[in-house]
Amino acid sequence: MDHDYYPEDLIRGVLRSVRTIAMVGASAHWNRPSYFAMKYLQRKGYRIVPVNPKEAGGMILGERVYGALAEIPFKIDMVDIFRASQAAGPITDEAIEVGARVVWMQLGVRDDAAARRAERAGLTVIMNRCPKIEYGRLSGEIGWLGINTRVISSKRKKGV
Amino acid sequence: MDTPEYGFETLAIHAGAAPDPTTGARTTPIYQTTSYVFDDVDHAASLFNLQVFGNIYTRITNPTTSVLEERVAALEGGRAALAAASGHAAQLLVMHTLLEVGDEFIASDKLYGGSITQFSHSFRRMGWTGLLVDPDDPDNFRRALTPRTKAIFIESLANPGGIVIDIESIAAIAHGAGIPLIVDNTLASPYLCRPFGWGADIIVHSLTKFLGGHGNSIGGILVESGKFDWAAGGKFPALTEPTPSYHNLRFYETFGDMAFCVAARTVGLRDLGPALSPMNAFLILTGIETLPLRMARHCENALKVATFLESHDRVAWVSYAGLPSSRYHNLARKYLSNGAGAVMTFGVKGGYEAGIRLVENVSLLSHLANIGDTRSLIIHPASTTHRQLNAEQLVASGSGPDVVRLSIGLESANDIIRDLDQALAA
Repeated sequence: MDHDYYPEDLIRGVLRSVRTIAMVGASAHWNRPSYFAMKYLQRKGYRIVPVNPKEAGGMILGERVYGALAEIPFKIDMVDIFRASQAAGPITDEAIEVGARVVWMQLGVRDDAAARRAERAGLTVIMNRCPKIEYGRLSGEIGWLGINTRVISSKRKKGV
Repeated sequence: MDTPEYGFETLAIHAGAAPDPTTGARTTPIYQTTSYVFDDVDHAASLFNLQVFGNIYTRITNPTTSVLEERVAALEGGRAALAAASGHAAQLLVMHTLLEVGDEFIASDKLYGGSITQFSHSFRRMGWTGLLVDPDDPDNFRRALTPRTKAIFIESLANPGGIVIDIESIAAIAHGAGIPLIVDNTLASPYLCRPFGWGADIIVHSLTKFLGGHGNSIGGILVESGKFDWAAGGKFPALTEPTPSYHNLRFYETFGDMAFCVAARTVGLRDLGPALSPMNAFLILTGIETLPLRMARHCENALKVATFLESHDRVAWVSYAGLPSSRYHNLARKYLSNGAGAVMTFGVKGGYEAGIRLVENVSLLSHLANIGDTRSLIIHPASTTHRQLNAEQLVASGSGPDVVRLSIGLESANDIIRDLDQALAA
């Protein structure tokens, strides 16, 4: 798997198929990037489950915060890692453990060894990308900010 | 389906545009509205906090203008773009995002006279110092660097015409100092020159010129490459430090490789206000669809006119980088491989008075202060566009008393040449 370049169908497929996303490193502070991504993805119909030991037991954007992936009492489709690259390995192993189908590491976050472990266990791995930006790009919404989506189509846009 | 790499001609027509999701309209509609409804209070709050993408008010975003922005970003190979009311407004937004009071930037002294005036007078009153140096020796930029220098500004193909700047060498000097290189790519247009490929970090355009191309709309735009590290040297607090007017949001941390455009839009454009009208955005978008065809013909006609003038006995010299006699010919072969553009200058024998006589005796060329029109244009800069400059600045900017500037249009080349010939004889 080439992690420097992802085909658009791969990203589209992930964003169309997952519904419940655990966001590890979700912040309770409204001006943090993770809060931006969580709020955006909620509006697109995803259930975002915040994971953050410092906020465990509290609420972020209407969702209960868990201290670790293993504490979440229901099935998770995807784990979105909003932590530094050094933390990504153990979180990836936990994601495999809890049966997630996708591990997604945020912009600037990458751990190739962890990705190989997850892929061997049958998971799809996306690294160094942001699901909010990718959703905005593939739906054309991010073009409203003058961002170059690189998407060209003669069809009406509907979601991703 | 995977995204193929589309050709320049395809991008000029399609980038940023899709059929209208509600009506299916194929041409980008003119969204002639000031404001946009919120779904509910939470949606409004999310928009104001920049947490979701969407429109609030046309001073900040507009769906017609955003198509233009994405299209120019695509043509330049950039990450994002921000349109403004004019090229001057785009330059103001760039500097407002980069500079604090007391900061400096270094600019080429071979620039459009209006830029030199903006930098030397109005920017100085804001506490920003623009130092002008001769770009023919790139080391002049290195020598002018100080700890307060925050950017270098050049034109790829300089106005008045015929001067090509060594972008790659100057980019290396800027990056060695941890600062971005800003390139005004107006005269070349992305069809002739792609400055990001040579190391530029920010590109500005007057859309009024070749991109719009028809002399009907004023507009400007800035484009960011998405590759500059704004945090590395701690020189750009407006991008890396908490922003008080956004509850201490940090733009670079939150928006990454598109942070410059988001900051310039949501702080600079929001607070300074020079928004492009949707009608102008539409006209410029329509112009861009034929940019490749127009630029190719502009260059073909300009080379014919330059060759004619060079052999004319009332012409002392011609500055057009497409001529082998030009001192910039080698730089043009490197940076402008598709053609040397439509704008040139030449010296008319007889100096200031002869220059005025020429511009008053043409009958097909239009005597006016613009470039990049379908029509051929002529001006005597010393008596018009560059008259704010002193004698020394006039010569430095390539606008001495005998200089006449042409912007060659898309008419029949023979008709342009015949008109110049009769006016030179008058």
